[in-house]
Amino acid sequence: MIKDFTKGLWKENPIFVQVLGMCPTLAVTTKALFGFSMGMATLFVVVSSSVVVSLIRRFVPKQVRIPMFTVVIATFVTAADYFLKANFFQISKALGPYVPLIVVNCLILGRAEAFASKNNVIRSFLDALGMGIGFTCALVILGSVRELLGSGTIFGYMIMWEGFTKWVIMILPAGAFMTLGILVGVFNMINSKVNRNKIETHGVR
Amino acid sequence: MGQENKNNSAQKARSGSNAVRMIAALLAVGVLSGAVLVLVYKYATPKIEMNIQGEMKRAIEDIFPDAVKIEDAKDEKIFRIKDAGGKLLGYAFIAEGNGYQGTIKLMAGMDPGLSTLMGFDVLESQETPGLGAEICGKEFRGQFKGLSITHPIEYVKNKKPGKPYEIQAITGATISSRSVVSILNGEIEEVRKVLKGGK
Repeated sequence: MIKDFTKGLWKENPIFVQVLGMCPTLAVTTKALFGFSMGMATLFVVVSSSVVVSLIRRFVPKQVRIPMFTVVIATFVTAADYFLKANFFQISKALGPYVPLIVVNCLILGRAEAFASKNNVIRSFLDALGMGIGFTCALVILGSVRELLGSGTIFGYMIMWEGFTKWVIMILPAGAFMTLGILVGVFNMINSKVNRNKIETHGVR
Repeated sequence: MGQENKNNSAQKARSGSNAVRMIAALLAVGVLSGAVLVLVYKYATPKIEMNIQGEMKRAIEDIFPDAVKIEDAKDEKIFRIKDAGGKLLGYAFIAEGNGYQGTIKLMAGMDPGLSTLMGFDVLESQETPGLGAEICGKEFRGQFKGLSITHPIEYVKNKKPGKPYEIQAITGATISSRSVVSILNGEIEEVRKVLKGGK
C-alpha cells in the first residue's frame, strides 16, 4: 500500500520516468512559483478525479468509461481554474490557458484508466497523491533551474550575484527541453548508481 | 430455429439494456458535474468580478498615484482622474487588441494635455509565461512612463531607445511588445478624437 504512494515520487515519476504531461511541464516552468502552482492544480485534479473514478468504477459501463472519466476530470479542472481565478488572481493570470489545459494532461486520464478504475478508493487516493507530488516536485525543480539561470532568482528571491548575465534561452522553449533532458539524464544516472550499489552489496544480479 | 430466435432476442434485450445503461451512466455523470459546476460558478464569480474591479482600480492608482476620484468620461472606457483637491490629473482609458496569444487588455493613462503617456498596466493577457508575459513586468512598463505621444510610439530591438517616443522591445517577445505599442497607438488616437470632439 505504501508502494502505491511512493512509486509516483521516484520509481514511476510522471515526468522523469513516464514523461507524461509534457505540455504544462515545458510551457509553465519558466519560474519556480509557476511550476509549483501548476503542480498543485494538477495534484488537486489527479487526486479528486482518481477518488471519484474509483468510487464509481462499478457503475461505469466499459464502452463509455473514457468519456465518463473525461467529464469527471473536466469538472475538477474547471473548479480548479475558477478557484485560482477567485483566490490567486495574479497566478491565474500568469498561468493563462495552461490551467484549463490540465484536462488533456495524459497523466490524469492515465491514472484514472490504469489505476483508479481497477483499485479501491484508498489505494487510488495514495497512487494519485504520489503521482501528483512527484509531478509537482519535478515541476518545481525544473522551474527553479530555469528561473535561476534565466532570471537569476528562485521563487522571486535573488540568488545570483549582481551583474549576473541572464541566460535568456533558459526561459525560452529551448531551455525547457534542455533542462528536462539534462534532469532526466541525472535522474537515470542516480538510478543506475543506486542499482549498481544494490548489486554489489547483495552480490546478486 | 426456436432456440436461435430466443438467443437472438436475448442478445437484443441485453444490448438494449446495455445501451440504456450507458446512456444512464453518461447522463448521471453529466448532470452531477453540471450541478457541481453551478456551485463552483456561484462561489467564484462574485470573487472574480471583485478581482477584476479591484484590478482596474489598482491599475489606475498605479498610473496616477494621487488619484482619489475616478469619474467616467464620455463612455465606460475612458475615465477622468482627479486628486483630492479636484484637480484633473489626466485621463485613464482601457485599450484592447490582439497579442501573441489571445487578447491583451490594458489600462493606460495620459496627462490632461494628451501629449504624454503616464504609463500603463496589463489587465488581461495570455502571453507566454516568462516571455511575452513580461509586458506586465515593471521593467517594460516603466519605459512608458512619461513617454511622448505627440508622435506614434515606436519600438527598437536590442538597443537603447534614442528618441523620446521609442521603447525597447522585450528580448524574445517582440510580437508581444509590438502588440502593446500598436494597441496603445490605436487607442490613444481614439481617445483623443472622443475627448476633443466632446469639448
